[in-house]
Amino acid sequence: MNLTEEEHDICAGKFGSVPQRALKHQIAVGTFFGARDFVPVTQAHIMADTESLGEAGVQWLEELAATTEGQRRVRIPTITDPRGTDFAKAKFLGQTSKMLSLEQRAIDAFVKLGVVMTNTCINYQTIQAPTRNEHVAYGDTGVVIYSNSVCGARSNFEGGPSALAAGLTGRTPRYGFHLSEQRRATLYVRVEFTPESLNEWGALGGTVGRIAGNYWQVPVIEGIEGTPGSDQLKHFGAAMASFGSVALFHLVGLTPEASRLTDVAGPGLPTFRVTSADVQALQDSYRTDDRVDVVVFSAPQLSLYELRSLAELCKGRQFSVPLLAVTSPQVKSDADRLGYTKDIEDAGGTVLSGMCFYQSYAREIAEANGWTRLATNSAKMVNILGGYGYRPLLASMEACVHAAESGRLA
Amino acid sequence: MNKGKFLARHAMGRIVRGTALVARDGFSARYDLDRIAGVFSRPTHKLAGQSYVDKILVLDTAKGGVASAWMLHEMRSRGAVPLALVFNSVNPILAQGAALADVPMLAGFDDDITTAVPNGAEVEVNPETGILEVID
Repeated sequence: MNLTEEEHDICAGKFGSVPQRALKHQIAVGTFFGARDFVPVTQAHIMADTESLGEAGVQWLEELAATTEGQRRVRIPTITDPRGTDFAKAKFLGQTSKMLSLEQRAIDAFVKLGVVMTNTCINYQTIQAPTRNEHVAYGDTGVVIYSNSVCGARSNFEGGPSALAAGLTGRTPRYGFHLSEQRRATLYVRVEFTPESLNEWGALGGTVGRIAGNYWQVPVIEGIEGTPGSDQLKHFGAAMASFGSVALFHLVGLTPEASRLTDVAGPGLPTFRVTSADVQALQDSYRTDDRVDVVVFSAPQLSLYELRSLAELCKGRQFSVPLLAVTSPQVKSDADRLGYTKDIEDAGGTVLSGMCFYQSYAREIAEANGWTRLATNSAKMVNILGGYGYRPLLASMEACVHAAESGRLA
Repeated sequence: MNKGKFLARHAMGRIVRGTALVARDGFSARYDLDRIAGVFSRPTHKLAGQSYVDKILVLDTAKGGVASAWMLHEMRSRGAVPLALVFNSVNPILAQGAALADVPMLAGFDDDITTAVPNGAEVEVNPETGILEVID
């Protein structure tokens, strides 16, 4: 890779060992992908739940954090994805003191490194959305696909170590979706169905993700009627990234880089058609039972509008099975102030903050609570939780709330 | 280049030799593995039940979310990590994870590497030249 004078200095250790290690890690990744140089980034977002880090990852963070003050702090605003717990509700979840101790150690290390503990996977709705052509280093697949596609920003999937490295050096290797040529469509999808509910938007995203199939594919999609909002595209993109490892899509006439099809697509792209039957088939594959042990709204964290809708549905009900609604710390304080939390919890539900369900030792909390059949309106979550021993059921928010009351999905 | 040598477009890490564990399937550290037992655990994975520890994994593509970036490092700390990773295609997450965990990796071949390399073959991974060689 071509390095600037400053990058040579970082590599030589003139700014200390922490940025030096970070840049060397980035050079290894950049060289692997053939990056010719680095690109400055304005924000970094770190995915680092302790289930993924383990003891080894936390020790690695602590080692960085033990470096002399003045040589260990991030250079740009660097924020965090959800943690592995909501400390206030850990006992309810059945999490152990060992899990919480590891979590606290990770937080202490991040704070010493200057990382801002936002604990959110919806930073584009709650902290600061990136702008078109803004180069960033984001570390949650749902955040990356939304930022690339809806905002027109430029990011690769940056795993925790690489996102932290970008925060520490203020740059990232210029490969993948930082390059204009990589952002052109590689397949064309004609959609003959415009979803209404969030679970349908997720199921459509999952269907397109399965067709696309890997990180380097960029679907351009035509046929959506009307103008989907932020929550709709949040579920659409998060599911596409989860089912297909996709990091960028274009919606013709809707997303910023595709005013016209020809803006992003040349002739002769592989062409696919998605019908309502395809979307229904994906949903039906996650309706394998009608009994429900737990209802969870999460993945991505709920926006204020989603919590408002949920609170309306909860009024006057009394749940027979646990209902969990997971949001960001920023939204949680508003939901408390506006009475949404009270409406949900008066019905027997629980509002959790700063975590995400599947990143919070999902297998262990299932065993601790006897949860197997989990109903949700998140297509992303049903895709993930099958790997954690759950039987995930996909339904609308309304149907899930009914199920929390009756114990059965209608 | 003879039929026992395959050139990768992307390469990282040290030269290693070992036994190839081959399947035309994906790889996600979070969803496919029992990382404590060191085996593939997802029942539908083509390598379900088989140990990946100290094997040269030859697979189709990287799957899943961003967690694999940390998990290879965690697996390395317990000495239960593949010797090297060889894929038809990878996403950034796996490359970032391999860099942190010091796991040699090759990716991007003209041939389908999962059909070109016999399961159980002795192979050499040479990231300096980008060549995967079937030794025996």
